[in-house]
Amino acid sequence: MKSPQDLEKLQQTLSKKLDAGKPRISICNGTACRPYGSNPVAEAFKAEIEKRDLGNQLEFKVTGCHGFCERGPVAIVEPGNLFYQKIKVEDVPEIVEKTLKGETVSRLLFKAAETGKEVAGQNEVPFYRNQTRIVLGNNVRIDPTSIEDYIAIGGYSALSKALHTMQPDQIIDVIKQSGLRGRGGGGFPTGLKWETCRKAHGDIKYVIVNADEGDPGAYANEGLLSGNPHSVLEGLIIGAFAIGAHQGYVYVRNEYPLALKNINIAMQQAEKLGLLGKDILGSGFDFSVRINRGGGAFVCGESTALMASLEGKTGEPRAKYIHTVEKGLWDRPSDLNNVETWANIPLIISKGPEWFNSIGSKGNTGTKIFSLTGKVNNTGLVEVPMGIKLRDIIFDIGGGIRGNKKFKAVQTGGPSGGCLPEKLLDLAVDFDELTKAGSMMGSGGMIVMDEDNCMVDVARYFLTFLEEESCGKCVPCREGVKRMKQILTDITEGKGRESDLDLLKELSAHLKDSALCALGSSAPNPVLTTIKYFLDEYEAHIKQKKCPAGVCKSLIKFSIIDEKCPGCGMCVKICPAHAITDMGKKKPVILDQSKCIKCRTCYDVCRMGAVKIE
Amino acid sequence: MKDSISIIIKKYGNDKSQLVSILQDIQIEYNYLPRSALDKLSKKMGIPQSHIYSMATFFRAFSLKERGKHIVNVCLGTACHVRGGELILDSLERQLDIKRGNTTKDGNFTLETVNCMGCCATGPVVKIDEEYFGHMTNDKVEPMIKKYGE
Repeated sequence: MKSPQDLEKLQQTLSKKLDAGKPRISICNGTACRPYGSNPVAEAFKAEIEKRDLGNQLEFKVTGCHGFCERGPVAIVEPGNLFYQKIKVEDVPEIVEKTLKGETVSRLLFKAAETGKEVAGQNEVPFYRNQTRIVLGNNVRIDPTSIEDYIAIGGYSALSKALHTMQPDQIIDVIKQSGLRGRGGGGFPTGLKWETCRKAHGDIKYVIVNADEGDPGAYANEGLLSGNPHSVLEGLIIGAFAIGAHQGYVYVRNEYPLALKNINIAMQQAEKLGLLGKDILGSGFDFSVRINRGGGAFVCGESTALMASLEGKTGEPRAKYIHTVEKGLWDRPSDLNNVETWANIPLIISKGPEWFNSIGSKGNTGTKIFSLTGKVNNTGLVEVPMGIKLRDIIFDIGGGIRGNKKFKAVQTGGPSGGCLPEKLLDLAVDFDELTKAGSMMGSGGMIVMDEDNCMVDVARYFLTFLEEESCGKCVPCREGVKRMKQILTDITEGKGRESDLDLLKELSAHLKDSALCALGSSAPNPVLTTIKYFLDEYEAHIKQKKCPAGVCKSLIKFSIIDEKCPGCGMCVKICPAHAITDMGKKKPVILDQSKCIKCRTCYDVCRMGAVKIE
Repeated sequence: MKDSISIIIKKYGNDKSQLVSILQDIQIEYNYLPRSALDKLSKKMGIPQSHIYSMATFFRAFSLKERGKHIVNVCLGTACHVRGGELILDSLERQLDIKRGNTTKDGNFTLETVNCMGCCATGPVVKIDEEYFGHMTNDKVEPMIKKYGE
């Protein structure tokens, strides 16, 4: 394509095809649907359509993540915007048949928890109803490996608008007016970052997509990059034009094979259509992109470490006396933004900053994608306007806690964030409020914990993670995190001392002040927030040598409740330590404490609730 | 071996800044980073061996030890942790009779851990080669391993 008119023409042809009124089945084959077997289901659809030669009557799409991972494999069927869940290969012929007839397969519909009634439309399913899916919403409409699909729904028209009707300064102004803040966690105003980079000295500048989403428990970037890679690419090209960069990089975590594959395909398709490379859409603007794979180092999500890695060095961060927008990759001005930030750009350019300002709250405009996981009923990727309450996300969208257990905490912000207790459930979820509460937005992990989770164990878990991931360059992080983890391990093993809490706080203060990068300076957050909000659990571990949640192995004991045990022998068979003896039918089993390795298998397998943890 | 290293280097246009990607490709080719391959890489690209080794040991994706036929990857991300991911790891360590990071004597399995694979909603998750196993429990470990031959 050589001009905006070429794009417009193509878009018109493609969208006509899309609106042809044919029934459409879109099945999710995102990373989280795969453990449920979405691949065989997608193949079964293809085979069925081929077998019955329905290619002309039915449109079938394999898409990226739909978000409601808990119910996977899921599909959306048009007309009717029907939401089908937990689809099996056996269901495929019936879905195809009924879709052709305009009928519904009611047993695959979502059933409302309160009424038990089936809910047909996707927009009425409580999980979706309370979301604002401006960024993720298109995932269900497009095949991520097809640039035609993206163009058909209006893709790359924002790029065309930016290149042909706007000046770089104008674009930056629009982004500034939108109030967009960096979705990677820091929340720095994107427009300001772009402006600084544009004004920085030097002819050669770079733009970078940070897709090294390393926060354990966060996969929002994965869902977006694998489900709608062109939206990220389009945002990147617009940013490059505004900043004056001609080379871009996409740094993708190697643990995300699907995202890597799809962004690679997207890049090649964009090159072929003249949306990347020389003289993009006849504007005279040249831009090319390189995709780099990460090497499995969490610290590479930090901007300077990521840039070092792009240069072919080990991913060690440096002190940021001079910001990367002035001197970044190869000492040249470099603008790095998160996947989600880039994906917001085309929307803002197309719909204007006023529209963006109308979503979210003051100072925190737009939406944020969270990966809602842990002990919540409806796990998945959720997109909500900023400023929404934690409670609304966890209980309305998330459907509350699994198995009627009690909510204990929600962890946001990954290893740099904190654990928030029940009393903060009405907290507004935005950059500033979360930070005030001692946590942070991070890249959007939201892990819900219930009464069976031990908060001391969670703090120990994060420090174990950070100790492994610390690059070792600066002493406070390398040594401090290690010592803090040692103290926490002692506490979980019943060897804690009362002075330990003060020591943890003191070490935390030193780390915050002196660590080289955010990995170290935010490492104390999980510890400090758990001490602040769950002090009673620390005290139980230290003073009474007890783990109230029944998690810390050294402090718990498994036993059989004789009255509840029917002697079925399930636990006897499964116990890897042979610590349980069958005493005959209808007689309770006997558990030998000296042999028990506390693996919890008997507890999981017992349907009578006859295994007790104390 | 000679050819594959040259082909990989050529694919990246002899670009030293692409070392991570080059090492990834070598690892895909050999399942680990063999010493001889790194020797060759160092000579061909003019990168000091010390630098190649610093990269290979810094990034957790690389292994300098030969790995087994099947790679068992246990996710220890936060979402998997709160649902008992570590108990699954314990169980795998017992059944395969190796600690994480090691390979079974018969060379069939290497047990590794990862800090999130991007399918947290289905945690705890284990991945063997390209197959994902979601909602893992201790009793599902044995049949899962059996599928790949003990």
